[in-house]
Amino acid sequence: MQRLSAESVTLAYEQRVIARDLSVEIPDNSFTVIVGPNACGKSTLLRALSRMLKPTEGRVLLDGQTIHSMPAKKVARTLGLLPQSSIAPDGITVADLVARGRYPHQGLLRQWSPEDERIVQESMAATGVAELGERYVDELSGGQRQRVWIAMALAQQTPLLLLDEPTTFLDIQHQIDVLDLCAELHETQGRTLVAVLHDLNHAARYATHLIAVRDGEIVAEGPPSEVVTAELVEKVFGLRCQVIDDPETGTPLVVPAARAARRPQEPAAVQQV
Amino acid sequence: MLVQSPPRQSAEPRPATVRKRQTLRAAGLLAAVGVLLLVCVASIAVGAKAIPLGEVWHGLFHPTGTGDDVIVRDVRVPRTLMGVLVGVALGLSGAVMQALTRNPMAEPGLLGVNAGASAAVVSAISFLGITSLTGYVWFAFLGAAVVSVVVYVLGGTRGANPVRLALAGTAATFALYGYVNAVQLLDSAALDRLRFWTVGSLAGADLETVGKVWPFIAAGVVLTLLIARPLNAMEMGDDTARALGAHLTRTRVLAMVAITLLCGAATAACGPIVFVGLMVPYLVRTLTGPDVRWILPYAAVLAPVLLLGSDVLGRVVARPSELQVGIVTALVGGPVFIHLVRRKRMAQL
Repeated sequence: MQRLSAESVTLAYEQRVIARDLSVEIPDNSFTVIVGPNACGKSTLLRALSRMLKPTEGRVLLDGQTIHSMPAKKVARTLGLLPQSSIAPDGITVADLVARGRYPHQGLLRQWSPEDERIVQESMAATGVAELGERYVDELSGGQRQRVWIAMALAQQTPLLLLDEPTTFLDIQHQIDVLDLCAELHETQGRTLVAVLHDLNHAARYATHLIAVRDGEIVAEGPPSEVVTAELVEKVFGLRCQVIDDPETGTPLVVPAARAARRPQEPAAVQQV
Repeated sequence: MLVQSPPRQSAEPRPATVRKRQTLRAAGLLAAVGVLLLVCVASIAVGAKAIPLGEVWHGLFHPTGTGDDVIVRDVRVPRTLMGVLVGVALGLSGAVMQALTRNPMAEPGLLGVNAGASAAVVSAISFLGITSLTGYVWFAFLGAAVVSVVVYVLGGTRGANPVRLALAGTAATFALYGYVNAVQLLDSAALDRLRFWTVGSLAGADLETVGKVWPFIAAGVVLTLLIARPLNAMEMGDDTARALGAHLTRTRVLAMVAITLLCGAATAACGPIVFVGLMVPYLVRTLTGPDVRWILPYAAVLAPVLLLGSDVLGRVVARPSELQVGIVTALVGGPVFIHLVRRKRMAQL
């Protein structure tokens, strides 16, 4: 039994059903990446796993308990989330923002402790923002800011960390930078990471476990080397492509077919769905 | 985007800088309390009638019932107490409102609490013929509470978010002030009695009213202190706050209750004094940074400084008459506020 799983959940916003009867397990100590086309429900699935969205049916289990009936702070000490939209309060310093990650470990009677201080230091060191401690968050570049947010999530000290599109709005070098950081956290700190990513090649390169979602259904899951095939990419994304070995890492690399080769196939590809 | 190598800062360990900053903040707060005490002394010593300091002392500690004793004890002391209470209430409710709506320009009246209190008082005066200040108090509270609930429901109980709350509050405010104006136009006698109240004045304060409002303000103070930490978390967005384990709905409801208690009590006692609750928390934020746990105590001390200070000024400039505090805070505070906003981000403590 894995620590985090969803048991035949139905996910819906108001009346709009995104996914029905979905079950998924997040392998412990994996770097799991959820991929799929826009509006396939991958972020919705992540929101359900992080108890931001309550399933209308079924349940999400964390350590064998229904996540929605657990005390909020207890969940927050086990499972962290870096949402897509975080707001840095005006005029906050990096160190102060990271320190707010200690929230679930504090209370009215248990305020700031030396241990909190140490963990904040470590989190900033792990994400390479230790030198920025006294800088204002709004002065930083996008890449630096994302590192600061990850540091805040790390300071929460959760064995599980969920990231919703952590590379969106970053340029390529900062995207790789953030993904390297995630891989490092996974490898050296043994945390279980779950991320939603847009870029299939990034997913194939960094994930140890891949979940492909389409129309609210899980189409395939497993190690990228087994999952990422030309057939799967066409099935999930409706894109004809070749899958070759990444010359750098040997992981699968998706190369979309040339426009001329794709055009006559398109109606067929759509019908196949 | 260029790769920015972060500027290396001198190798001073952070714990030391944090402690230094905490010490600085605490010292600043202590200084602010000192200023507040001075303003209180001034408020008791200075008034429309010039009373020598010796007589003021006499009136405070060895009263023999002279005319001056009565002025000091029955007019100036309650007025000072009320100024402190109302100042605390306005400062705290403004700070909570700004954190709750994530809007640095939010003011306590944004959720319609002031308007609700005003509408209820107008109704009480015009339709029920209630004339005493102590009689208004309960109506003001009732109005404030009802409007808070209505605004919260309109703002979407489940999907309540800062923007929807603020919109619902604004709508309620306009509707209620429309009602207030209509009643005043139709009932000129009520208009006359209301004139003082709607400007905002400490002049009518007496010990009985002070005794009525302080428990509400005390309750509001305790509540705001309880929600300071979750408010900090909520400033980073709903998802982040929830991911950190904060209870959003509970915090929002408690914040609304606190604002209703504080703002309702202040409005009930003195009429809608605008501006203090907007300006003080805003400026405090530029001093302390965005940590609500520091913003609250600073706002609670500096708001009465501004309010009482303005009140004292209002007694001096128009002798032997006086300017109402609501007018003075706006006249004095406005330009100062503009000046400070223009040089935004003063040296942050």
